[in-house]
Amino acid sequence: MTAADATHGARPASAGRAPAGAGSGSEPARGAARDAVRETARETVPEADRVSEPESEVLLQLRGVGKHFGSVRALSDINLDIHAGKVTALVGDNGAGKSTLIKAIAGIAAPDEGEMLWQGRSVHIRTPKDATDLGIATVYQDLALCDNLDIVQNMFLGREQLKHRLLDESAMESGAKSALAELSVVTVRSIRQVVGSLSGGQRQAVAVAKAVMGNAKLVIMDEPTAALGVSQTAMVLELITRLTEREIAVFVISHNLTDVFSVADYVAVLYLGRLAAVGPIAQFDTQNTVELITTGSSDRFNHSAVPVGATGIDLKG
Amino acid sequence: MAPTSEADPGTTADATPIAPAPAPAPDPASASASATGTATASAPASAPATSTLVGQGPADILVAASDPTATAAAYQPEPDNLGAYFSAWINKLRGGEIGVLPVIVGLILLVVIFQAENSTFLTAGNLTNLIGQGAQYMLLGMAEVFVLLLGDIDLSIGYLMGIGAAVTCILIGAPYSEPWWVACLAGMGATTALGTVQGLLVTLLGLPSFVVTLAGQLAFSGLLIVIINSANGSGVIPVNNNVINDLVNGNMSPLAGWIAMIAVVVLFGGFMLYRGQHRRHNGLHAQPLAVTVLKIVVMAGAGIAVVAVGNSNRGIAGLTRLRGVPWVTLIVLGVLGIYEFTLGRTRFGRYFYAIGGNAEAARRAGVNIRMIRTSAFALSGLTAGVAGIVLASRLGSISTDLDGGTEVLYAVAAAVIGGTSLFGGRGKMLYALLGGIVIATIYNGLGLLGLSAQDTYIVAALVLLVAVTVDAVARRNSVRR
Repeated sequence: MTAADATHGARPASAGRAPAGAGSGSEPARGAARDAVRETARETVPEADRVSEPESEVLLQLRGVGKHFGSVRALSDINLDIHAGKVTALVGDNGAGKSTLIKAIAGIAAPDEGEMLWQGRSVHIRTPKDATDLGIATVYQDLALCDNLDIVQNMFLGREQLKHRLLDESAMESGAKSALAELSVVTVRSIRQVVGSLSGGQRQAVAVAKAVMGNAKLVIMDEPTAALGVSQTAMVLELITRLTEREIAVFVISHNLTDVFSVADYVAVLYLGRLAAVGPIAQFDTQNTVELITTGSSDRFNHSAVPVGATGIDLKG
Repeated sequence: MAPTSEADPGTTADATPIAPAPAPAPDPASASASATGTATASAPASAPATSTLVGQGPADILVAASDPTATAAAYQPEPDNLGAYFSAWINKLRGGEIGVLPVIVGLILLVVIFQAENSTFLTAGNLTNLIGQGAQYMLLGMAEVFVLLLGDIDLSIGYLMGIGAAVTCILIGAPYSEPWWVACLAGMGATTALGTVQGLLVTLLGLPSFVVTLAGQLAFSGLLIVIINSANGSGVIPVNNNVINDLVNGNMSPLAGWIAMIAVVVLFGGFMLYRGQHRRHNGLHAQPLAVTVLKIVVMAGAGIAVVAVGNSNRGIAGLTRLRGVPWVTLIVLGVLGIYEFTLGRTRFGRYFYAIGGNAEAARRAGVNIRMIRTSAFALSGLTAGVAGIVLASRLGSISTDLDGGTEVLYAVAAAVIGGTSLFGGRGKMLYALLGGIVIATIYNGLGLLGLSAQDTYIVAALVLLVAVTVDAVARRNSVRR
């Protein structure tokens, strides 16, 4: 356990926070907290109006996106909206097409059909650079950081600040420090320690800070909590919340439904390359989500409750 | 001084709890203890900010402070006095970041052993001789660091060194009779070009560097003989130029030695002091002033020792006077300075470490990996050319007898003994310099003891194994990797 982990564990849940203990015992408490938040939301915005509420701007729209690999249809007819300042969770079983979908958005493997609208404008994302230029940042857990470089060096990798053609270490250190401070969930021994000595959650935080430092509007996270411990996972979830506070859209792939239910505002379920269901988190519970993931449909998922098309969300299933 | 946030640059160390030292991960007890201390201290600062309810579920156990100063305070304070710095350094050693410590200790051991066996080892004459012998290993070691940092290897630089020497010697002599500096530039140009070709084969065709440079070693050993034989039939090309000859065999005047030493110390020392001042001025953590001063004192002490030894009369008593530091010292230090500066202070140098650490991450960050890798082989070739000129100067000639295969193995050994990783991402030019001194010490010391070449090989092999073992054991104690 690193010093930072210990910090989280040892910190009193400062003020006004439910001291949710670590481990499975915290699950009910978490759900309750979540419900409380939802209640408040419902009070302020009547349910009927939620569909047309303008406050969550649609950042990225996928319209009939599909992808073939030879004769195999990896994705077909994906219609999905990603909202600014909201967390959209993408769930699905292995081979459902989750990775293919994020690769399409991240410009790693462009889709064959359909179109993508970025802030209402039709865009073609063909290379990772196209995606970066639009403001789409993809955070991979282990592919983003150099273990032998320190936090500052990693965060500015590829966009080092120069002064008189030399590395401007002071400016970069200040920049990295404030970027991490804005996310304010990271406690590290020193900003000059090598990334290889960080815990999984800290690494994830550095990778995310690096991504959003480039003024990202959409952050795609692939399995951000896989292989993380309880407190590390909590840290990453907190990080996701931080991003949404800054009106950044987060598109997160996760196998962990507990994580999904604790942070997501919208859920999209992929089943065999098709969207089995999409909707606000309120329409999902663990049971119907599991059914949707494993069978592609669920009796307990109330399709009619979702006003199809009203939010630009189509339902397939 | 503790890190202060951008938002509140006025925050000083006074407001931040000073823990004795950053607790390293391997020591959980002290880690959690000091972390708790920090957390408690930062709690009051974060309390007002937590009214913004954002976290849900387990996130609640975190302090979600939107006040950046709270987070800044949560950084472990860095050591800011000599004692704290020293204990932080001890912790780093225990954590596996051993740096140059083993090679320094090893060097002292070797010196003690050789001096005990033969009292001429530590005489001025022998130590000056050792500088000349070591220069070529130090330079070749530095050549190797460029490629080793990327996780590649260059097996060709031994014969490449010979080619650099041969080209230089031929151009100085009749019928070309070029000025010495033209000949040197041509020699270095030739080796740089050959290094670049190998680099292009590695990057464009995607061939393993081991195989490409192994082929290079064979090809260049043949090419060296072709070049030397094209000049004359004797298999030896003499150095017909006093400037080149004096690089290793000539000495600075005692006064020039002192001036050069003072210039180097003032330059480096001034730079270190300026950097610390600059960082403190910008509210960033800098190493304590006392530590900087201590480093400058150590550097000056080493400089004074080298110049004092070099300036003492090592001629035959009563017959000749031979004084002064060999010029080659300045060449090695100059190359070291330029390379360290390139690797440490430029974007180009930073990418060597990034690629060595995680090539995929570097690629995704937009680093031109092919360009950097090709450059590494080009720089390796260039440095081999410099080593070739030094070699020609020391021997007074270059011949077809050069054993480039052994030379390159000594070069890799020098880099690795100093602490450079064969897997990329870790290493410094200084490491190769120190490793080169170790190799030269073994070579020189065993020679004084009257031991033959085979013994030298075996002892060098043992030292290499010990160095790698110390490194591996130290790193096993570190948390990761």
